[in-house]
Amino acid sequence: MSDTPETFVFTKENDALAKATIAKYPEGRERSAVMPLLDIAQRQNGGWLPMPAIEYVADYLNMPAIRVLEVASFYTMYNLKPIGEHFVQVCTNLPCWLNGSDNIMHACKKNLGIKTGETTEDGKFTLVEAECLGACVNAPMMQIDDDYYEDLDSETTARILDELRAGKQPKTGSQLDRYTCEPLGGLTSLTHQEPLRAQKVSEKGKTDA
Amino acid sequence: MLKDQDRIFTNIYGLEDVSLAGARKRGDWDNTKKLIELGRDTIIDQVKASGLRGRGGAGFSTGMKWSFMPKEVGERPHYLVINADEGEPGTCKDREIMRNDPHKLIEGALVACFAMQAHAAYCYVRGEFFRETEALQRAVDEAYESGLIGDNACGTGWKFDFYIHRGMGAYICGEESALIESLEGKKGQPRMKPPFPANVGAWGCPTTVNNVESIAVVPEILRRGPEWFAALGRPNNTGTKLFNISGHVNKPCTVEEEMGIPLKELIERHAGGVRGGWDNLLAIIPGGASVPLLTKEMSSTVLMDFDSLREVRSGLGTAAVMVMDKSTDIIRAITRLSRFYMHESCGQCTPCREGSGWMWRMMERVCAGDATPNEITLLEEVTKQVEGHTICALGDAAAWPIQGLIRQFRPLMEERGAGQQPAAAE
Repeated sequence: MSDTPETFVFTKENDALAKATIAKYPEGRERSAVMPLLDIAQRQNGGWLPMPAIEYVADYLNMPAIRVLEVASFYTMYNLKPIGEHFVQVCTNLPCWLNGSDNIMHACKKNLGIKTGETTEDGKFTLVEAECLGACVNAPMMQIDDDYYEDLDSETTARILDELRAGKQPKTGSQLDRYTCEPLGGLTSLTHQEPLRAQKVSEKGKTDA
Repeated sequence: MLKDQDRIFTNIYGLEDVSLAGARKRGDWDNTKKLIELGRDTIIDQVKASGLRGRGGAGFSTGMKWSFMPKEVGERPHYLVINADEGEPGTCKDREIMRNDPHKLIEGALVACFAMQAHAAYCYVRGEFFRETEALQRAVDEAYESGLIGDNACGTGWKFDFYIHRGMGAYICGEESALIESLEGKKGQPRMKPPFPANVGAWGCPTTVNNVESIAVVPEILRRGPEWFAALGRPNNTGTKLFNISGHVNKPCTVEEEMGIPLKELIERHAGGVRGGWDNLLAIIPGGASVPLLTKEMSSTVLMDFDSLREVRSGLGTAAVMVMDKSTDIIRAITRLSRFYMHESCGQCTPCREGSGWMWRMMERVCAGDATPNEITLLEEVTKQVEGHTICALGDAAAWPIQGLIRQFRPLMEERGAGQQPAAAE
């Protein structure tokens, strides 16, 4: 977790990225880039937005800082407080809840030793409850940083957290014998692709073992 | 059942090569120039003739929507905005298009833009879909490199750019005018209509906002002819549709099926049936969190299309089917949705800002067995005070699930208030 920095400036790479981003919008509409620029700033600053970063983006886009703060506080993906190295978001909306998201949340709390909204003492993990993340046929699921972990149970949840703690990259996506969103066990449409499916599922299992 | 040769999304599971080479093998980008040469009026007429209705939930005629754009380009450029802010609980179809069949979307965007005389499409993808955005951007880069899009798209002389704009976690931005506000770099709060986006949309310019699936099916419709699409499904409810089947089924999945497929057949054929058998079914929410639930009896006969579901006072919405078996505490389930709407209300209109929180707190009382029958009546009245009294449909969406619950399960709600707790699984 980082303390509030006194100043903020884009790195050279991020400055170039910001300029390329602004160029995506029509001339004179630079303000449209405020969301992506805040995201770039947040990523540079370890996952959260301190006031100096918000003011920097405001200057960058020639906007009043209050307008940028308004955006930063409206959208839930901007963190206005420091977070841990890994940001664990467990979906608890209806399809996930029906398939046991309470157990996933419990497994996270138990493994991390924290409550919802807290960060572990070593600064490795922050745990929050999320609204529907849009992977409902792979419920229950959670998002950690930029990746989705799907078709979870208590054991796979704990294993994923253990692997991240050990500095490893866990298998992303479905934790079952599924490739993406096809029915488990065999295709009911596009059936000519079944051999491909069997192959891809087994390859996926192998590389992660 | 829909035959594989009538399926549009032939790589929806990502099992085949996702890249441009793979997409071309499946027929994408096959002589797109010829589609463009049909001309604006023909393209719009054919999309109208196919009967395609918007796949984002409202079900408005896509061709009709396109025809609302000004016929001539004046001082203000035209824009296409693609709504990929998929956030309706239960819905996960656009995600699969973007990561597994992205070229259909990009090609569709080119055709749609040409038909509406727009030179740029902005695709607004929900921020959590980071990997999906990467996949879509890869496909966009490939399309630029191959000259399929850019200054001379597919050799037609038409300049076309495709840009991705990432959302940052606000369900309300799935509402088209909130999405436009967000694209302009503001808080995502819906605008009053009129003016409609076709007149004053993104940056004050004529704009059409379409769902990902609506745009992605267009090239296939033009290639095979509108008659082909219109022959699938039922009159006024034509074509194919991506369904997401989640909850208490044996094999949750996403599948493309014909519009109007019986709900029971959809679940039994593709999702392995209801957990514990059809008789173990309690209720189904057939079209994303915002539509009223169906009882087992209704689910046994209803067809999955706009008009059939409307007849039973529900809706097709995004075609996200959430199945609940008899172990479900149905009151708790709807309470969870109420909390979602409270969380996602943008705060602009008083009935929704205050009402969504009030309705959730009342639902918690019902859940806990603290609510009297009079309070349930009051709750129903309040849902009707919220419904139709807000700028956008989020107020309605917050009201409808509760209304559906009261309509079908009022005795259960009263029973709980009388202190007779039924056995609940969760």
